[in-house]
Order: sequence, then structure tokens, then C-alpha cells
Amino acid sequence: MINTRDILETIHMVTEEHLDIRTVTMGISLRDCVGTDIDAVCQKVYDKITRCAKDLVSVCERIEAEFGIPIINKRISVTPASMICDAITAEDVSPIARAMDRAARDVGVNFIGGYSALVHKGLTKGDDKLIRSLPDALSTTERVCSSINVATTHAGINMDAVARCGHIIKEIAYRTRETDSFGCAKLVVFANAPEDNPFMAGAFHGVGEGECVLNVGISGPGVVRAAIARAGDCDLSELAELIKRTAFKITRMGQLVLKEASARLGISYGIVDLSLAPTPAVGDSVARILEEMGLETCGCHGTTACLAMLNDAVKKGGIMASAHVGGLSGAFIPVSEDSGMVEAAEKGVLTLDKLEAMTAVCSVGLDMIAIPGDTTAEVISAIIADEISIGVINTKTTAVRVLPVYGKGVGDSIDFGGLWGGAPIMPVHNESPARFIGRGGRIPAPVHSFRN
Amino acid sequence: MKAVISVIGKDTVGIIARVSEVLSRHSINILDITQSVLSDLFAMIMLVDITTLDVDYTVLKDELEQMGEGMGLEIHCMHASVFDTMHKI
Repeated sequence: MINTRDILETIHMVTEEHLDIRTVTMGISLRDCVGTDIDAVCQKVYDKITRCAKDLVSVCERIEAEFGIPIINKRISVTPASMICDAITAEDVSPIARAMDRAARDVGVNFIGGYSALVHKGLTKGDDKLIRSLPDALSTTERVCSSINVATTHAGINMDAVARCGHIIKEIAYRTRETDSFGCAKLVVFANAPEDNPFMAGAFHGVGEGECVLNVGISGPGVVRAAIARAGDCDLSELAELIKRTAFKITRMGQLVLKEASARLGISYGIVDLSLAPTPAVGDSVARILEEMGLETCGCHGTTACLAMLNDAVKKGGIMASAHVGGLSGAFIPVSEDSGMVEAAEKGVLTLDKLEAMTAVCSVGLDMIAIPGDTTAEVISAIIADEISIGVINTKTTAVRVLPVYGKGVGDSIDFGGLWGGAPIMPVHNESPARFIGRGGRIPAPVHSFRN
Repeated sequence: MKAVISVIGKDTVGIIARVSEVLSRHSINILDITQSVLSDLFAMIMLVDITTLDVDYTVLKDELEQMGEGMGLEIHCMHASVFDTMHKI
């Protein structure tokens, strides 16, 4: 018989502390959907996605019921769509995004990622067409998420792409101005983008992946915070041990769901992503974990150290719990999706500069941050360049998902509701980096990337 | 296949009888029971074999949970593999 205390602990985690599986994401290769005629390609894309993922939602719901563990999101990621755009003769490739959107809707998933381009060294014709289509694609679809990888540690930073991203983000913000520039929440600009990330908006099915694979993203900030609260005033060595043990348990749940779901769907199983992913729900916040560790408000001095320890301990506990760990695997610090971060930002304690420092020690980056609508494209590009440099130099993933909310400024706020939450508009430095961004070209790969 | 049924709430007459009645009606064998009553709080954990279950698992789960609600008890029914996975290395 299993220990009664263990059983009650698990039930308590689910019912009181928001333990859940954040996402089960099916990665689908679209490499066999290439063609020259856009309508034919769209049909192949729609058919492939709906064929592969037809049972995804029902199988996940069944597992949810049987195991008693909520699976919050069922999602799909596909091959970076720019790869199937290369051969298409049409100039406008946004119909592919709309085909993906229809397929996602028809199989019942809430998001589909992979309307993406990997341009860390340069652009193919398909990449160029896809990036050009983004304002149209993201403003005319509901479920499609996009990402652009502009840098890797091995290739350096494609500053031409970074410069272009600033303009694209501004345009998406304008095109989705009726919904507080929500379109920008569906675009992530990456350095060292992982190929097996199950989390949106940055998920895509990497080129080294197989035909169809299942990845799971765990959650559990509420469980970690509650465990720290129960531990009281212990020292940091003990606290690290406690976080490791908690992360182990959370990850085991993810591993169980991954094995079960992939077996039932008859596809290969990929990875468990160990990220602590917050939601706007009270108690499901990474900021609150940091505050429970002993900070008055997230963003004060000491925040980076607490986050570094948390992130490391979560990995150490999680790695042993899963056969294959991958994706982003680290604590997420989105602002709008984390009630503690929102509160700290509203107080003015958590600033963009502090968030940037925090991203050096966790995943993923400057995430879901609302900035003034009149921020120039060059400033946005410079924000991206700074953040991407942290990733490139530290051989880690970093990303930027900022929303220059059209028509709003510091003092205003946005509210998207649901998992997206709401956030105050945060100030940026408006001094011009235009001459730097205007130089274009590539920032060379750092010296430590030459390991051969 | 095994499942763990946990019942937590205010102690009252007939809790085990009512839960057992549901289980027996659906051909479920009880493998182990532990229970404790701390002041007024009743906590029971049952390990059951659901291999011979005569209805869909979710039907049983709903039936138990609804019965719990009617008696002011929290009843959870989860596959035992969840606990094995989480608490055993």
C-alpha cells in the first residue's frame, strides 16, 4: 500500500496548489507538404495536421479523467512553415497560416505553433515571404503562433533580421490595435530556439525531429511556493533540496502523462519540459515563489540570485525524474501571465532592466511585456538585440515577446483575460539606438562557440 | 489495474458502507483500506482493483464524486500509477 501521507500530498497538490500538466503538444512534420501551388500546399497542410492530431484532444481528456491530473492545454507544433514556403510561387504565403488555423480549430486545440522562420544566418526566399506575411497572418488568425530565430551561439546574431523584427512587431501591433495589440503575444523572437519546445508561442517542430512526436510541458509554481512556505526559515541549502524534491515529483507526473499519451496515440515520445510556467491564477506565480524565498517584492535586489537558485534546483530535481528532458526547461517569467510579476511591475519595483538581468539565469526572456505604443521600431530592435546577446553569449535560449500596445502609454494597462492575463504598460529607455540598429550585418559568433 | 480512492471529510455513520456498496455494484475488489479519524475529520484511503470494472472508469469516478458531494465528503479516485510514479524512484 502506498503511504497515506504521499497520497494526501498528491491530492492536495492538485486540488489546492494548481498542480497540472500545462501542455501536451504534438509535433508534426510538414516536410512532405511542399509544392509550388499555394492552394495545394494549404490543403496538404490542413490534411496532415487533422490526420495526425485527430485523437489528440480526446486522448488527453481521457487521461485527465483517469489520472485525475488536469491537462490545461492541448496544442500542436509544426515544422517551421518558412521551409514549405520556399518552393511556393505565390508572393503572399499567409493562406498557410489560415490553413493551420482551420486545422487547429477542427481538431480542437487552442494553439498551433510553427508559423516560424529560422534566420540566424540569413534568409531564404521562403523565410522572407513568411516574415513579410506575419502582420497579415497573425491579425487574421486566432490560434496560430509564430517565432523567428534570429541568432545562435554558433552563428552569431543576424542584425538585419533583428532590425526587421522591430518593424514587423510595430506593424502587428497596429494591425491588431482593436485588441490592445494582441497579435504581438503570438510572436516570439528567439536566440538558440529549442526544436522540441512544447510551450507557446515559441513551439515549433524542429528539423531534426521525426514525423510525429509528443512533448509535455509541466507546471507547478503553486506547488513549489507552498512547499517553501511550509519549510519556514530554513537555510538555502535546505531550501534547494526541498525545491529539488518538489520538482522531481511534479516532473514524474509529466513523464507519466507523456508515456501514457504517446502510447495511446501510437506515436513516439519526445521530452518533458521542466519549466515552471505561471498563470494569472492566484497562487500560481513564479514571482510569489521568489517572495516566499524571502524577498519583499519581486524585482528588488536579490531577485536574480533567488531566481538562479530556483531555476537550478528545479532542473536538478526534474532531470532525474524524466527519461528525456528538453524544450526550454527553466522558470518562466512572463509579466502579464503572472499575478505576482504584474503587482511588482505596477509598484514600479520590477523594471524592464531587472527583467533583462533575470533572464540571464532562467528561461526564457523578456516575455509578455507591454510597452508604450509609441516605442520606435529601433528601440524594439535594440531590446531584442540586448536580450538575444544574453542568450548567444551564455549558450542558452533567450527570447523577446513584447507588445508595443497601440495608442497606450505608461500609466495605462491591458487585460487579455484567461491564461494571458493583463499587465501595466512598462516604461522603456527612449534614447535612440537607431544608428547601431541601422548598421545591419551580423554580430559574429562568440569565441567560446568554437569548440571543435 | 489499480486505483486509489480517497475519502476525506466529517465523520459520519456509513461512509465505508456506502463507498463499498458502489464498488461492489461495479464488481470492484477492495485490496486494502486504511482509515483514520482525527477529531472529527475522517480520512480513508482504499486501494482497489479496477480490472473487472463493469462500467467506464469515468462513470465510476463521477458516481463516487457525486456521492461524496451529497454526503459532504471529498472523494477522489485516481489511478494508482500516479502515486507510484510520483513517490517511488
